[in-house]
Amino acid sequence: MTRYDAPTHWQSRYDHFIGGEYVKPHGGDYFENPTPVTGQTFTEVARGTAPDVEKALDAAHGAADAWGRTSVAERALILNRIADRMQENLESLAIAETWENGKPIRETMAADIPLAIDHFRYFAGAIRAQEGSLGEIDDDTIAYHFHEPLGVVGQIIPWNFPILMATWKLAPALAAGNAVVLKPAEQTPASIHYWLSLVADLLPPGVLNIVNGFGVEAGKPLASSARVAKVAFTGETTTGRLIMQYASENIKPVTLELGGKSPNIFFDDVSAASDEFLDKALEGFTMFALNQGEVCTCPSRALIQQGHYSDFLAAAVDRTKAIVAGHPLDTDTMIGAQASNDQLEKILSYLDIGRQEGAKVLTGGSRADLGGELSGGYYVEPTIFEGDNSMRVFQEEIFGPVVSVTSFADLDDAVKTANDTLYGLGAGVWTRDMNTAYRAGRAIQAGRVWTNCYHAYPAHAAFGGYKQSGIGRENHKMMLEHYQQTKNLLVSYSTQKLGFF
Amino acid sequence: MSVVSVTPAAADLIRSLRGRHGPLMFHQSGGCCDGSAPMCYPAGEFRTGSSDVLLASLVVDGVPEPVEFWMSTAQWELWKHTRLTVDVVPGRGSGFSLEAPDGLRFLIRSHLAA
Repeated sequence: MTRYDAPTHWQSRYDHFIGGEYVKPHGGDYFENPTPVTGQTFTEVARGTAPDVEKALDAAHGAADAWGRTSVAERALILNRIADRMQENLESLAIAETWENGKPIRETMAADIPLAIDHFRYFAGAIRAQEGSLGEIDDDTIAYHFHEPLGVVGQIIPWNFPILMATWKLAPALAAGNAVVLKPAEQTPASIHYWLSLVADLLPPGVLNIVNGFGVEAGKPLASSARVAKVAFTGETTTGRLIMQYASENIKPVTLELGGKSPNIFFDDVSAASDEFLDKALEGFTMFALNQGEVCTCPSRALIQQGHYSDFLAAAVDRTKAIVAGHPLDTDTMIGAQASNDQLEKILSYLDIGRQEGAKVLTGGSRADLGGELSGGYYVEPTIFEGDNSMRVFQEEIFGPVVSVTSFADLDDAVKTANDTLYGLGAGVWTRDMNTAYRAGRAIQAGRVWTNCYHAYPAHAAFGGYKQSGIGRENHKMMLEHYQQTKNLLVSYSTQKLGFF
Repeated sequence: MSVVSVTPAAADLIRSLRGRHGPLMFHQSGGCCDGSAPMCYPAGEFRTGSSDVLLASLVVDGVPEPVEFWMSTAQWELWKHTRLTVDVVPGRGSGFSLEAPDGLRFLIRSHLAA
């Protein structure tokens, strides 16, 4: 076991990063940034407002043209250098994100930061390999298609993976040649600034601008600005719709990732042998507690086939009870703190309505007090509800370590229950039968169906939602086109007139 | 009992926001991050449409006009067996809700319809 010390690399205050330098907020105000580990404030952050956003947009527009004209080799080199710096500082980045978000250090060290590093490398490679196209319309007429950057884009980042989610948006946008104005989440604004302290010198001034602040004060002026060519947002449905409404006023595109209520389906044959695969499937069930359940694809509905229901569920309850809660900077800790007090309160409100609706609590069900300095933090016991898919704990994204379990009879029944949701972001299918896996995977209305795995997020696997889960596909080279215009040159190589006039 | 009610603490916050921002509305969110939380906007800021249902026009002492509370119809289909109480807790949300800069966040508490 290793217990890392609380990070000391924070500045006491973070301003906005605009035009390659730190700029004080126009309104002069700052807000406190507490760690969910203890509830104590560790830095304060500039409270951005519309004039700050305008200043950032000025800087971005000043930089966009030159940046868009750099060679793809140069942009790829910069992204690779960003990745190198992150690799050299992996441990301190992981500690920073753990301290700000509350997640266990074992996750930031093994997942969040390594994935972010690889993501920059992936888009460095993808932009080098991207090609336009040409179509031979006829013998004398050629349609050339060029990729061009959009220009200046706005990005609003969620708080559940502060550095990785920023990377998912930044890497393709920068690779494609755009300048960015980014607003980090108001719960987790600081770790992106720590990241910036490591890489800021690699980017030309104005290419990346960060305006901190609250959604209504800084996010809205960014999302509603006619000066951004596109808005990317990860969050929830009402704000997603509002951003679409703002974008419609300016006829701008958006990409949205708005969450889900992902089913994790365990067919009878999973329990056909007591072997490594069964062990892997039980870990797959327990993935609802990864990142304290604060993942858009949290497998928060477990559908277990009737034949092995009792045995599998009993083993899953045991596995869940073995989750080690503790200090997020302790390498043995498997579950840390929820990211904020309001998130904690919302989870507790769902533990309440779940019980009222008659869902049975198989384990957990309460706030956890881990004692000492952690008593002020926001901890919840991993919780398993057993109930019916019509219950609200089966239908709403709790965004906590809470899974709701029900049974199914056969493939059709499993698919029916899996699709009985407003959302369609992720799903899991566990079976030893490849035909069952294929048929289930194709029938589930979700953008990603993990098959005999869960919660893997490699670059080069497209990630995005069906139904109310959003628009667009991140994590894949196809995201480049969400940050690009298509220029068509339609060229005639004939000297003959058409003859109309 | 009405479909949506308001705690005294939430009523205080609504009065305060009304004084600073003018007439208000709520739209109940779903999905990730700040999902399942009620969003409070200046009235008309969020355009409701045929996919939404007006659940209540909240009467709050000291607020001259009713405060409309909306939800998407599809979401209400899944919530309609419950009754909602708008409360407030310390926090800051992550959407564009008006109260977040005050260090407060509206929260829905639910109970089964009688």
